[in-house]
Amino acid sequence: MTSSATDFALSAARQEGWNRPPVIEPDGEGELLELAMGPHHPSTHGVFRMDVALDGERVVRLKPVFGYLHRNHEKIAENTSYLASMPYTDRLDYFCSLTNNWAYALAVEKLVGQAVPERAEYLRVILAELTRIQNHASSIGFLLQEMGASGTPLMYAFREREKILDLFETLTGSRMMCNYMRFGGCRVDASPAWLDATRKVVAGIPEFVDEFERFLRTNEILMARTQGMGILRPELAVNAGVTGPMLRASGVNYDIRKVDHYGIYDRFKFRVPLGDHWDIYDRYMVRMLEMRESIGILEQALKEIPGGPVMDPKAKIRGFRPKPGEAYGRIEAPKGELGFYLISDGSPNPYRYRVRPPSLINLTILEDMCLGHNVADVVLIFGSVDIVLGEVDR
Amino acid sequence: MKTVEEIKAAIETAVPGAQVEIVRNPGPSAQHSLRIGHEFAVQVATFLQDDPELALDFLSNVTGVDWPDKEIAEKVKVTRQVTKTIDGVEQAVEETVEETRKRLEPGCLEVVYHLYSMAKKHGPVVLRMRTANRSDKVNLPSLTRVWRAAEFQEREIFDLYGIVFEGHPDLRRILMWDGFKDHPMRRDYVDPDDYEYEPTAHDEVLAKAHAHQTAAGAVAVPEGGKP
Repeated sequence: MTSSATDFALSAARQEGWNRPPVIEPDGEGELLELAMGPHHPSTHGVFRMDVALDGERVVRLKPVFGYLHRNHEKIAENTSYLASMPYTDRLDYFCSLTNNWAYALAVEKLVGQAVPERAEYLRVILAELTRIQNHASSIGFLLQEMGASGTPLMYAFREREKILDLFETLTGSRMMCNYMRFGGCRVDASPAWLDATRKVVAGIPEFVDEFERFLRTNEILMARTQGMGILRPELAVNAGVTGPMLRASGVNYDIRKVDHYGIYDRFKFRVPLGDHWDIYDRYMVRMLEMRESIGILEQALKEIPGGPVMDPKAKIRGFRPKPGEAYGRIEAPKGELGFYLISDGSPNPYRYRVRPPSLINLTILEDMCLGHNVADVVLIFGSVDIVLGEVDR
Repeated sequence: MKTVEEIKAAIETAVPGAQVEIVRNPGPSAQHSLRIGHEFAVQVATFLQDDPELALDFLSNVTGVDWPDKEIAEKVKVTRQVTKTIDGVEQAVEETVEETRKRLEPGCLEVVYHLYSMAKKHGPVVLRMRTANRSDKVNLPSLTRVWRAAEFQEREIFDLYGIVFEGHPDLRRILMWDGFKDHPMRRDYVDPDDYEYEPTAHDEVLAKAHAHQTAAGAVAVPEGGKP
């Protein structure tokens, strides 16, 4: 059922308003129930509100409300130097600080034309794929949690995540706020002992993934509640700018690691899993399969990692002033396309600093997916988008 | 992928009357952009999306940029006639003086769209649009009809920069609260001394409570009830 992406571009047959959420007429008698889910609802993964209108149990309108965690990250970054924003990018998507670091470093390296040494590129790939595994594992853990399997399955995911966070802590000094990448390399080198410890952890992940996949494959309640729910059509997904596992679960083959080949991703062999039912279950299976592909990338990278410096010796650290110009750099973060857009006017601070947050843009189609479903399923559909509010509100 | 010059030519043949201007990027990233006029923006966007060769079906990033009014000081050499007394005789002489002249370059607000193609796997094509000024002519056409991805991002630009997108289906503030007055991402925004102050329903409640108190400060007792 995987349709080719070319079909989406031809809009001749499209009608005006095809990409808007449908209007659902309430069929029952009586008033609609207006309900605010959030900002402190446990299923919203943070401070986020959905204003829903219910006809009985059925959702007929849903408006997301943002901004509870807004601190104007972009303005703060425009008032400090380029490097001073690096630790702040950790706080965007605090589950995946290393991929945030990489996206920002990549954009600045594009802006100044900075090269990155080989060993640093390998370390970046290793850390990004470890980040992807722990993000996807937690995301599936939260799914099980939200379906009522309170506590235990999430702790299985967190047990594995903790092993990876321990590696991050050994290397960077911090579990979650890693602040590790620099323009032109990485901050510190990894010791041989760290690489050995990483090999050991990576060797243990397939067993965990097998165990975790059994939950998804064999649990009848889970399948009944996720299969055929929250369908997102590929043409709408492309039009609404949805990226990451969400997009690939809708059957669109678009992975920035394959498209842009940023870093050294052209050297690794991996496949891009795609969904063909476009529902919640597919989103989680795609994440599960992506974890397996990440293990493959990690094994290759840990085998091939060369010696050498981790910082380009020519990289400028003090008095860093990019020449006037602009650059947009993007990477495939675990949640989707994370991009940074920078304009330099030659001063030490960026003139414009913009984060393209995948979490916010993936929520554009939340209403379309939820309309007509029961309110209990909204929790699952929302959970399958996989967002972090630090990135949504910035 | 086509170069910016080829895309410009393609747009000009497909949408007659559209103004397209190439903006060079002097930096090493060499991501050049196209500045389009707002009159035909929706037609240009639809063309870019539908053209089988470009097929820019994926709008990745939409963002605002503020360019405030700039005072430019220029040194100009001016030749003028002056009367000078030379050897006791008044004469008209030409004299060249350097003068500093200030002129005001009017500012504007700009929207930047980064487009990619998922079908052809190429990009980015960067589109830009500018408002006439920063105060009263801040309207631009919304491209949400063409790419739904712009919906929340244009709302964010409306909220933080104050650009009004015409034809947007749901143009409200997204990150700041509805009662907020200013646009915090503008370069000349001054943040308030007191962040605590925020007119909410809570103030009305306090005002009502205040009205129950007498001038002497004693609490008025409602009929038959406790204070």
